[in-house]
Amino acid sequence: MVTWSYDNTFEGLLTLVFDCYQKKVFPDKITGTGNSQFVLFQPDYEVLTDDAKGKRVWDGLHKKISDSSCQMVYYSFLSEAKDVELVILNFIRKAFDSPVSIELNFGDKDVLELLKLDRTVMREAERIRMFVRFQKTKDDIYYASFDPRYNVLPLVIKHFENRFADQQWIIYDTKRNYGFYYDLKSTSEFKFVESLIDPATGQIDKSVMDKDEQLFQDMWKSYFKSMCIKERINPRLHMQLLPKRFWKYLIEKQA
Amino acid sequence: MSDVLKKLEILAGAAKYDVSCASSGSNRGNKGKGIGNSSPWGICHSFTEDGRCVSLLKIMLTNNCMYDCAYCVNRRSNDVLRTAFTVNELVDLTIAFYRRNYIEGLFLSSGVVKSPDHTMSMMTRVAKELRTVQRYNGYIHLKSIPGASPELIREAGLYADRLSVNIEIPSEPNLKMLAPEKDYKSILTPMNSICQGILVSKEDSRKFRSAPKFVPAGQSTQLIVGATPDTDNQILKLASGLYNHQSLKRVYYSGYIPINKSDSRLPALTAPPLVRENRLYQSDWLMRFYFFRVDEIVNDTHPNLDLDIDPKLSYAIRNPWMFPVDINKAPFELILRVPGIGVKSAKLILTSRRYGRISSYQLQKMGVVMKRAKYFITCNELASPTINEIKPENMKQLFLPKPEPKKKDKLAGQLSLSFPD
Repeated sequence: MVTWSYDNTFEGLLTLVFDCYQKKVFPDKITGTGNSQFVLFQPDYEVLTDDAKGKRVWDGLHKKISDSSCQMVYYSFLSEAKDVELVILNFIRKAFDSPVSIELNFGDKDVLELLKLDRTVMREAERIRMFVRFQKTKDDIYYASFDPRYNVLPLVIKHFENRFADQQWIIYDTKRNYGFYYDLKSTSEFKFVESLIDPATGQIDKSVMDKDEQLFQDMWKSYFKSMCIKERINPRLHMQLLPKRFWKYLIEKQA
Repeated sequence: MSDVLKKLEILAGAAKYDVSCASSGSNRGNKGKGIGNSSPWGICHSFTEDGRCVSLLKIMLTNNCMYDCAYCVNRRSNDVLRTAFTVNELVDLTIAFYRRNYIEGLFLSSGVVKSPDHTMSMMTRVAKELRTVQRYNGYIHLKSIPGASPELIREAGLYADRLSVNIEIPSEPNLKMLAPEKDYKSILTPMNSICQGILVSKEDSRKFRSAPKFVPAGQSTQLIVGATPDTDNQILKLASGLYNHQSLKRVYYSGYIPINKSDSRLPALTAPPLVRENRLYQSDWLMRFYFFRVDEIVNDTHPNLDLDIDPKLSYAIRNPWMFPVDINKAPFELILRVPGIGVKSAKLILTSRRYGRISSYQLQKMGVVMKRAKYFITCNELASPTINEIKPENMKQLFLPKPEPKKKDKLAGQLSLSFPD
């Protein structure tokens, strides 16, 4: 069994593909460096990330398959699923080696797997668009906490820039400890050094809250409660549509 | 402001029986850095405990009403708290909720006060204020009041993304009985004029790109199910007619919830007919996405939907001559008729089979429900008895939920020792 390792970045993985073709060796297992504490077998080869090599692979892939399929490759990488690297390597290899485009051959297990992973990641991004709840601060910034399962915050920034173009906002990924701040002109990435945010509920501290914020939260809670038709109550469906892991930061689900 | 909180409670509670909540179908951009845009596929922002999505701020301008429709919670003769929002209160509330990403837009409905025209113009004022003063580009759904004049509806359509007129009762004699002040004419007239308006605006935008959009997300309506003895045949025929002739975007079906229990014109139900409602939605989907004609789902010999099995399966069992379908050769429309294959998997099958024959294992991986589909298809190697071997009359039995095994009394299984006294 041939094991290769790379540095857990997308560029690293593309470099790995380049090296595969150069060495004419294709690994059966790909590990991230520093992923496991106990390395039973030393990797046979450690890929050194090289942006130029990565770019060549990426550009080459665009010539073989459509832009949307290339995007699928990147999105499925974000899923951080087990052995996603192998699926991507196999997919890219099939795309390069076939004289016709293979991107629509969903009878192939790697193509189908890639589609499924892509859908999972897209769904998680959609969940941010759905469940982010902004709170207004005294200095007119709308703040929201979120902890997505995958690192998908960058994928939804465009959506919020378009939608809330005339308000300043922050969306913060509490799991990965970074966020984005939109200052009415552009959006920039940042990290909190210290913050006035309750880690359990994602609520900002009362001392920095806008004076009407609490009232609107109460109104939303009360609206949510009065929308429910008692005769139709269906807890199983409710749980399915609004999984418990999102309740933490949802105002309407807080006591 | 706490005044608004109270009003919100009353007027949201009054609006909740309207089932429409879609926020899709419009792609209004955020012009000149205002607030909001609408996403063409719609976004749900929360889900209530009855499993319905909360996408729009569904609210009534007022629950005062001059009509006395038997099925309605806000009818004149009901003793409920009455209140009304002012235009400004409602606009501020919508914007505040929208900025916090609670909602995707506003769905405004209203009881009829003074006259249909007066009510309609009040509702239009809210939409106008949002669009022009607040520079709001999010979704707006306005209920158009039956009997309102075409000019007012025309104006409302320029600000709203979607307009809807609720038919509520699926046949005119029954509507007359339950809502003596309404008739089909007052409902269909605005519906037709909205339909006309949409056609004209589509034509205009072909000539001038800047032509104002009229109701870009189309119109919808709602039918109450189970309040009257109307059959599924009548309901679905009506729906199909609305899709084909009035080019409606959506017809919603609302299982009747006995709100006004004392009214003798309405049936006494213990629970809303949720299964029937679900079957109607399934049939609706068959008509809109699966190329089914309404008379293939229900007809005079088969006027009601089977509550035990879904309409597609029921259709397949009634038409065994159509099966088995060869997955590797059949056209898209025929593959869609197979129970257990949906639109997504049918599309995957179609694109994939150009590369080679598809096996049953691959079908399963693509998301086909083989438990159902295996009786209706042939593919490479699948050796399963099809509907024609099992005989159509025995098919239904296969899909009914198995009766739960009776829980044995724990003690019953144990030996009992009797000791003589």
